[in-house]
Amino acid sequence: MTDTNMKILVVDDFATMRKIIKNILKKLGFQNIAEAEDGVSALEVLKKQEIDFIVSDWNMPNMSGLELLKAIRSDEALKDKPVLMVTAEAQKENIVEAVKAGVNNYVVKPFTPETMKEKIDKIFA
Amino acid sequence: MNVEFINPFIKTTAEVISTMAFIEPAAGKPYRKKDQSAGGDVSGLIGLVGEKITGSFAISFTESCIRKIVSNMLEEEIDEVNQDILDAVGEITNMISGGVRAKLQEMGHNFKMATPSVISGKSHAISHITEGPVIIIPFDTEKGPFFIEACLNEKKKDK
Ligand SMILES: [Mg+2]
Repeated sequence: MTDTNMKILVVDDFATMRKIIKNILKKLGFQNIAEAEDGVSALEVLKKQEIDFIVSDWNMPNMSGLELLKAIRSDEALKDKPVLMVTAEAQKENIVEAVKAGVNNYVVKPFTPETMKEKIDKIFA
Repeated sequence: MNVEFINPFIKTTAEVISTMAFIEPAAGKPYRKKDQSAGGDVSGLIGLVGEKITGSFAISFTESCIRKIVSNMLEEEIDEVNQDILDAVGEITNMISGGVRAKLQEMGHNFKMATPSVISGKSHAISHITEGPVIIIPFDTEKGPFFIEACLNEKKKDK
């Protein structure tokens, strides 16, 4: 069972999309959710708060989700944090790139709450 | 524009709108665009830049239609064109672009990732990034229509 008390960081440049992802996570029972609007601000949150799980968009200004993932994997304190990438990019080479960079799982937008749950459960199984 | 490109737009658009907003839009018969103005009040535009084929596509929503779609997406009533609507149109454009590019890739055409821009206002114009005919695919919903505009053509050879 996935621990619904864990603290999740939702990273997306669109406030609307953060709201949608938060709504879905709340429906799945998660209450403890922080937000960031790009990779740079996500790293700041990660340094200040104890985050258990990162759900990040790919396509963002300043620092993309892929760059954020690489920064997390190369940081001694953060490198083991699970990361779920949420993106509209469904092309094979994008998925391969994210997997190479150490992503834990990958959701293609648009997605249903059921798909989100499946992907999260797989990470924490 | 190759008629084979039309179906990926119809399929992906229906998928995105029904998954995100629980609305099943009905696609009408595609036709060629004749003037500059968009069919809707809020539009998203994004480049589709490929190796052989290049262009852009737009999605243009009437106000009542996009208010309903975004109200459903956010599970809260939205009664004006606000930042949430503009954001959502950008995100919908992005999702359709991702899905269409994945389908066109299966047909052997690769495109680059791009960032959408959003335009709003009554009878605004949409300028596609390349010249060439623009195909409109109309969709209808209970709360009014929206339109996909696709402009995808073979790249002119460098002289
Ligand atoms: Mg984004």
